[in-house]
Amino acid sequence: MLYRTASQFKTSYHADHALFPVRQDAWLLGIILIFAYAIIPMTASEFTFNALLIPVLIYALAALGLNILTGYAGQLSLGTGAFMGVGAYACFKIITAFPDLNIVVAIALSGFFSAAVGVAFGLPSLRIKGFYLAITTLAAQFFLVWLFEKWGWLYNYSSSGAIQVPNIEMFGIIVAGPNASSVTQYYFVLAVVTAVTWLAINITRGRIGRIWKSVRDMDIAAELVGINLMKAKLSAFAISSYIVGVAGALFVFLWRGAAEPNLFDIPLSFRVLFIAIIGGLGSILGNYLGAILIVALPVVLGTLPGMLGIPIQSATVEHLNVMIVGATIILFLIVEPHGLARFWQIIREKLIMWPFPH
Amino acid sequence: MNAQPEHTAIVAARDDGIAPGELLMDVRNVSLRFGGVKAITDISFNVRKGEIRAIIGPNGAGKTSMLNVINGFYTPQEGTITFRGVERRAMKPHHAVRQGIARTFQNVALFKGMSTLDNIMTGRSVKMNRGLGWQMLWHGPALREEIEHREKVEEIIDFLEIQHIRRTPVGKLPYGLQKRVELGRALAMEPSLLLLDEPMAGMNLEEKEDMSRFILDVNRQRGTTICLIEHDMGVVMDLSDRVVVLDYGKKIADGVPDEVKSNQQVIDAYLGVAH
Amino acid sequence: MEFLNSILIKPFQDMVAAPDFLLQVLWEGLVAGVLYALIALGFVLIYKSSRIFNFAQGIMVVFAALTLVGLHEKGVPALLAVPLTLVVMFLLAVAIERVVLRPLVNQPDIILFMATIGITLFLVGFGELIFGGENKVMITEQLGIPTGSLTFEPFGGFVSIEQKDLTAVIGAVVLVAVLLVFLNKSKMGRAIRALGDDHQAALSVGISLSTIWILVWFIAGIIALATGIVWGARAGVSFALEVIAYKALPVLMLGGLESVLGAIIGGLAIGILEKLFEIYWGQPLMGGNTETWFAFVFALIVLLFRPQGLFGERIIERV
Repeated sequence: MLYRTASQFKTSYHADHALFPVRQDAWLLGIILIFAYAIIPMTASEFTFNALLIPVLIYALAALGLNILTGYAGQLSLGTGAFMGVGAYACFKIITAFPDLNIVVAIALSGFFSAAVGVAFGLPSLRIKGFYLAITTLAAQFFLVWLFEKWGWLYNYSSSGAIQVPNIEMFGIIVAGPNASSVTQYYFVLAVVTAVTWLAINITRGRIGRIWKSVRDMDIAAELVGINLMKAKLSAFAISSYIVGVAGALFVFLWRGAAEPNLFDIPLSFRVLFIAIIGGLGSILGNYLGAILIVALPVVLGTLPGMLGIPIQSATVEHLNVMIVGATIILFLIVEPHGLARFWQIIREKLIMWPFPH
Repeated sequence: MNAQPEHTAIVAARDDGIAPGELLMDVRNVSLRFGGVKAITDISFNVRKGEIRAIIGPNGAGKTSMLNVINGFYTPQEGTITFRGVERRAMKPHHAVRQGIARTFQNVALFKGMSTLDNIMTGRSVKMNRGLGWQMLWHGPALREEIEHREKVEEIIDFLEIQHIRRTPVGKLPYGLQKRVELGRALAMEPSLLLLDEPMAGMNLEEKEDMSRFILDVNRQRGTTICLIEHDMGVVMDLSDRVVVLDYGKKIADGVPDEVKSNQQVIDAYLGVAH
Repeated sequence: MEFLNSILIKPFQDMVAAPDFLLQVLWEGLVAGVLYALIALGFVLIYKSSRIFNFAQGIMVVFAALTLVGLHEKGVPALLAVPLTLVVMFLLAVAIERVVLRPLVNQPDIILFMATIGITLFLVGFGELIFGGENKVMITEQLGIPTGSLTFEPFGGFVSIEQKDLTAVIGAVVLVAVLLVFLNKSKMGRAIRALGDDHQAALSVGISLSTIWILVWFIAGIIALATGIVWGARAGVSFALEVIAYKALPVLMLGGLESVLGAIIGGLAIGILEKLFEIYWGQPLMGGNTETWFAFVFALIVLLFRPQGLFGERIIERV
């Protein structure tokens, strides 16, 4: 009854093109936003902010970036971690070169660097397809991480080879660095993620989104209806890498506080890929659902045995965690290859029909 | 891009400044090879504005290859194609679309993960030009453009009588409807020349009748020039104004249906076997 | 000018100046190449027979080696541990077929590819849970593999060849030869190749898909064990090997996903070239450790010019 759509008629194409043609969806989003912006920050503990809330948001953003490339435009990438690294290192260089620059501007600018690198490594996609392309993205992955390590200029020749986030103020409040409070960082990340998500939704539901999806579904046919494949693929690489780069900058500046090159190694790429897949390729919502699952799973696994009083070593938990993530992926692919987002869709359709399923 | 005319009952074919009956496309001495295999040998024919032109021939005669050459998917080794008075060089398919050539495919080539509406909307991609900045904001110019084109697409949907499957992912549609959606996508491009590769393959009689009606309506009401490949001889002879017959990559006959029907070479190569 | 000299001329001068060192480098590269080729071969077999891009091939190498060493640590004699490990690899093949492949048959390529990443993670966690995550020493001597080294003195210089490397090369050649005979002469082998050519057609003449899959994954398991022993003898057994196993991917790009010959030649080429690049360009000019990316970048550049790989056939696109 809650999801009844029967009386909601569209009288104009304008209304039909609204973000949520069904009224209940808009209410639901409103409730989620109230939770995210008001209720959660009032109740969450320091641990919840750092172990769950902030990483969920950042990983979801990275997965959103990857999803644009893989889920919408159909170009499989295994190099997301390295592109996050480009965003993070670019942000570090910008912040250290212009200490007075607003951090929002710095983060927004750093996305352009990862977009440029993304386009450069996306060029092969014009000639190389499918798995071969996936492997070429590994070239980006390994080469860039090597570069982070060997190119001292990137980390200002610090002896540790790592980048450290200094205390950064915005409007008199410390938002990043060792002295920043978790609540501030949470709000900062939440605001960025909300804004980027809204822009991404707009891009994917319009002309550009349709072009990407047509390239994904059948690139030859797309070309034959007049779509310029080069523009379509490279724009997907650019926008995807931009978002991934912003996520990388947030990852280091608003969460980790410091980074070594191997942080951006292939396990990070895979973690983001899993979030996108388990959440659902070709879906925006899915990135959040996937991120919640992948980030929360180890936390739950880590705390559950202690709460139940089962003695278990942290190494064992780590191993179990890897195993369970692997099994979860296989399980999801078998049960619902389209991910958690599709689950929600099915539930929603059932709710609309309920209580008269026929 | 041409200015959009006031939208009439159906989206009009583009005004390309060529009077009905005049030459729209001229294919001259075209040959196409894959390695040592000759797909097309020295073929010449033309298409006049406003007509329905059929290409027929047994399997492997080079019909689909011919369409692929016309819309720029293959580049022939020899010969020239003049379209709307301009001789063309080697080109990409999306250039052919911009020149006003749209097509459908023998094996339906729709975007399976997308809805009927979105599939047909992709046909309008070339005509939409709001950039990334407006797209990101959505409200304002991008939305206005989206709605303007949505109206055109809805006209096509009405015309093809596929309103009820507007939101259905095309991968889930039966074959006959997929063919219709594909025609819709091609119409959305408002082509001067519409290429149809076996529009009725695998259809039952009723579906064939529907499709024939759509093809005739497109041709008569919009004045769209059509070049089609079809195996059903009854359909070809009824629909088309002129027929060109290929066999083993060579042209063996060209003329109005009655002439072609009585041509001995054609009967030997094709009709004699088929009937 | 100085710069051009250092990248275009000096490395070659160095090669000519110390030919014995060059030989040593080439040999090291060749041995690594043999291992890359073996891993790539496992990939090719599975891809040919089931169109699955098996990302887990690299981890199967580690898993097989870990099982072997782990069993030995638990007190199983070395020569018994080998057949026992093979049994484990067979059970793994059966499990993968039952649990993963069968439910996912007819899914798009990308889904199956993701599933093999799932298998990879599962095996990493499972292997570490049972055998521990620390680096282990391969039971080289217990398996009867000679460990000394042979020295030669060509060009008045000095080249040293480890006997275990030599054993590895010979072993790999024998393994590949047996495999080729099996694929070309036996009924099962022909069935595998038929499946690669056309799934539907193979099924319609009565080839059991699940038997073939189990067989192919088991063969991939055998290759994995062989690779694991040799590699473990060189570098120890741990999941760090996984990174090296990624090297089989550019080999596949070069050789083509379906070509056995391509996998072998691609593997050798990449092994040798990356070693040469590292020694003569990477270390003196770029701070070293270029082996992590050289193979990928090299394969990428080759593919830009030949999108079908060195041995793939040119694809004619149709609509």
